[in-house]
Amino acid sequence: MSNNLSVLYDAPGPRARRRNHLYTVLFVVALALAAWWVLDTMAEKHQLDGDKWKPFVTDGRVWTEYLLPGLGETLKAALLAILIALPLGAALGIARLSDHRWVRVPAGVVVEFFRAIPVLMLMLFANQAYSEFTTVESEVRPLIAVVTGLVLYNASVIAEVVRAGILSLPRGQNDAAQAIGMRKGQIMVSVLLPQAVTVMLPALVSQLVVIVKDTALGGALLGFEELFTQISLIDSFYANTIAALVVVALVYVVVNTALTSFAGWLEGRLRRGRRSGGVVPPKAAGDPADDLVKLTDQAGGRAV
Amino acid sequence: MFDFLEGYDLLAAFWVTVKLTVFSAIGSLIWGTLLAAMRVSPVPVMRAFGTAYVNIVRNTPLTIVIVFASLGLYQTLGISLLGGTLDDINFQLAVLALAAYTASFVCEALRSGINTVPVGQAEAARALGLNFRQVLTLVVLPQAFRAVVAPLANVLIALTKNTTVAAAIGVAEAATLMKDMIENESDAIFLVFSVFAFGFVVLTLPTGLLLGWLSKRVAVKR
Repeated sequence: MSNNLSVLYDAPGPRARRRNHLYTVLFVVALALAAWWVLDTMAEKHQLDGDKWKPFVTDGRVWTEYLLPGLGETLKAALLAILIALPLGAALGIARLSDHRWVRVPAGVVVEFFRAIPVLMLMLFANQAYSEFTTVESEVRPLIAVVTGLVLYNASVIAEVVRAGILSLPRGQNDAAQAIGMRKGQIMVSVLLPQAVTVMLPALVSQLVVIVKDTALGGALLGFEELFTQISLIDSFYANTIAALVVVALVYVVVNTALTSFAGWLEGRLRRGRRSGGVVPPKAAGDPADDLVKLTDQAGGRAV
Repeated sequence: MFDFLEGYDLLAAFWVTVKLTVFSAIGSLIWGTLLAAMRVSPVPVMRAFGTAYVNIVRNTPLTIVIVFASLGLYQTLGISLLGGTLDDINFQLAVLALAAYTASFVCEALRSGINTVPVGQAEAARALGLNFRQVLTLVVLPQAFRAVVAPLANVLIALTKNTTVAAAIGVAEAATLMKDMIENESDAIFLVFSVFAFGFVVLTLPTGLLLGWLSKRVAVKR
């Protein structure tokens, strides 16, 4: 990448190097000024006082009573959502590729509909619908509503990823399978789907990041007691709004960065595997990474 | 059949959604372009800053960013941007948060667009004696923008849907109204949901079609 981008400028000569040093100094000064202003404003409002930040280091209860249980609920909802959305999304994606119009069109309508609706609205609706029409107890209702909203939305995103993944396979795979007399179902299950899943695995892992982030919506608007909700609980106990916000945000960043790097590692591994002939490369030339980006872009997956 | 709508100003709520979208889109486009320029610049500190910003913001829930703007910036630190009534302030904070969040996605889209510009173009530009700023603004970015219309359309659609998160700090947009209506008109929740779902399909579908058409129109044929 860096190699590719450095085409924008030459290897710096003496003048350019001086100029770059100047820009570096100017930028660092600007950053320092901004940081100073932020810290000054925070100090003025007593947000930098030691007792606001110390609990996160010295007081184990912040972690055992608030942050870790909250994180547990967040991960529980995210895992439940992905485990249900994955098969559902695969089924929808395959249905969209069906030869029968009566299967293809409804699946397309469902996918496009749930992709167009904000996930927050799905959660709000699910929450109210459960309280009106079911006997789900009110303690677990927020969790179930959040998972429902996440499943409906992400299943439709995954459906698009699966569809794009299957379509990206070389035609010959389908032809060869037909030539040896496999039926349509067999071709899908034993030839196309396994290859498509390998191609889109990184995209699916990065979808987990989107799901983890979206669980916070349930905390903010449905009273689901996940990680985000802990901000106000910690704040009411220690009166440290900004510290609580920053630490909780950091926990999210750590978890999601771990997921992102795992997806990246997986992608690299798959690409190496492909070179050695393990998996069929997606459609002819081009960097496979670009194809994966395209897959995610088509599904509108990343930008949520 | 639609008498449950009486007493609610549906259009006003969706108008706030549209305004949130437009203002945040402009803000995120400007800030995202600057970030992308930083990420490809020859100055290492700027590159590091751009990378850190994008990676941190992309991995933070939008809900936290928006609540931070309201709870942290306004209520704790007393920063109220342009001022006005509490509704105005919340609206401005929501725009700030949405723009700051969406900018990281705009930046990534643009950077992938910069990668589509053939190496020879930049080399030729440099051979003519253009400096980094000229190469970027005269040769590379104009082509990059044309290549990323479709990805940017996805970002814009996601932004439109993300404006609903502003409900977390009480901005009177569509999701806030839907939350109220769904609680008060509990015998018509399917109708309420359908109305709001329809509203969002109306908002996002033309955006997608229009920008999809535009992306084909302006694509650089090579």
